[in-house]
Amino acid sequence: MSDVAAHTWDASKTALPAWSLPKDAVGRIALPGHWPERVSREWALDGATGEGVRVCILDSGVDATHPLVGELESAVSISIGDGDEVVAEEDTVGDVSGHGTACAGIVRRLAPQASIGSVRVLGPGFTGSGNVLLGGLRYAIEQGFDVINMSLSTTKKPFASILHELADSAYFKRTVLVASAHNMPVESYPWRFSSVISVGSHEEADPLDFFYNPNPPVEFFGRGVNVEVPWLGGRTLTVSGNSFATPHITSICALILSKHPELTPFQLKSVLYLTATNVGGGT
Amino acid sequence: MTENPELRAAVAAGVVGSEESFRTLLSAIVEVARSIFGARASSILLLDTASEELVFEAVVGEGEDTLLGTRFPAGTGIAGWVLATRTPLVIEDVRSDPRFASDVAEETGYVPKGLMAAPLLHEEGALGVLSVLDRPEQTLFSLQEMELLGLFANQAAIAVDLLLKARKAEALLAGGGGELEVVARLAGAVDVLEDEQRDAGFRLLRHLADTLGA
Repeated sequence: MSDVAAHTWDASKTALPAWSLPKDAVGRIALPGHWPERVSREWALDGATGEGVRVCILDSGVDATHPLVGELESAVSISIGDGDEVVAEEDTVGDVSGHGTACAGIVRRLAPQASIGSVRVLGPGFTGSGNVLLGGLRYAIEQGFDVINMSLSTTKKPFASILHELADSAYFKRTVLVASAHNMPVESYPWRFSSVISVGSHEEADPLDFFYNPNPPVEFFGRGVNVEVPWLGGRTLTVSGNSFATPHITSICALILSKHPELTPFQLKSVLYLTATNVGGGT
Repeated sequence: MTENPELRAAVAAGVVGSEESFRTLLSAIVEVARSIFGARASSILLLDTASEELVFEAVVGEGEDTLLGTRFPAGTGIAGWVLATRTPLVIEDVRSDPRFASDVAEETGYVPKGLMAAPLLHEEGALGVLSVLDRPEQTLFSLQEMELLGLFANQAAIAVDLLLKARKAEALLAGGGGELEVVARLAGAVDVLEDEQRDAGFRLLRHLADTLGA
């Protein structure tokens, strides 16, 4: 009996379990504003410029001298130190392939006032170092970016669980992770995780057209075919691939967040669903 | 593996002529890819993990006489990005990209305007890159083509995996001092015989194995 008595719970002295909602706290978490209200494409996007939203391009670096990209808020390159620690240094190299510049150019075009930062996780001699990718993602989450554009994935299973933790951590810190889906039949990460926004390609020409996929794991389709993008050397190329559909959805997220900064990743994903071209956003 | 004589003999038998067979298969894959897409050239680049270089293992169309065996650093160019990110990519007007490995292309007098590239994925790794160069300019790229490219890349990845395994087996045999090469030659010679001769050859080998207590 004494054991039972020892476990008697006194509500007046003991706090509620950490993840409960006591009666008197309901009022404290009432959300400000007029949410929920009718969510339309106009409500979500009209007049939005991306202002006040910080977007991270986790990729091959960004060429900030390209006129279609412009100034960056920051640019770092990631490496792994001798003690296996993640090292983030100012990136003096820029873009090593052109891909990151292309992604940044898409964001600049669609969300012109968004602040863009580059975290380079690819470089000469790279053949897909998962540790650098993980380190770069961890760094970007720590920096508190609002949206992280991740047009790449890893096929290495040992990294999946760590990526999963990072993706969940981003989700609860209000950092939206937008990840490119693999369009080949292989297992790759992190796009398959439900805490990220996964993106495949559609063939329509309107950059703000996007579609919800009722048959996940790919959740949204963005413009990813025959897209004009800035590339190295001040040039412009026409490119296709899911990795270019991803910055389209990233930009749309930045636009919505600039107008509605109060949205959590969960709410943002719901707004994307409600305003998708094939749901409530079609004309 | 080298401690197991039966396995080594099996390896020896399997290695005979396999390099050539798998190379032929790779050539067939790029030939079909080029034909289906109506492209000017197609190639398979294989990652040499020791030197971190990409090597042309199969080339058809423009550059087929000169590019085979050519190497360049795996961290450069569009193929390098595709390899590192395991993600397919399609680019038009490649000449605009100064990082494109145009030195190699210009040596042959051929600089492509468009490139489709997909990684050769096997299990958790990327073995190389399949490239298709210069589709007809008048047609816009479509997702259907991307899917097709992926299918070819999967097929190529299987062939490349077999080729790499054959090379490992060859290295294993070489490490055995060369004695097993006799077994390999013998197995290969019998294998190419026809009908009754082939049956007789294998009977002989079985008797030999029984006699030696193998």
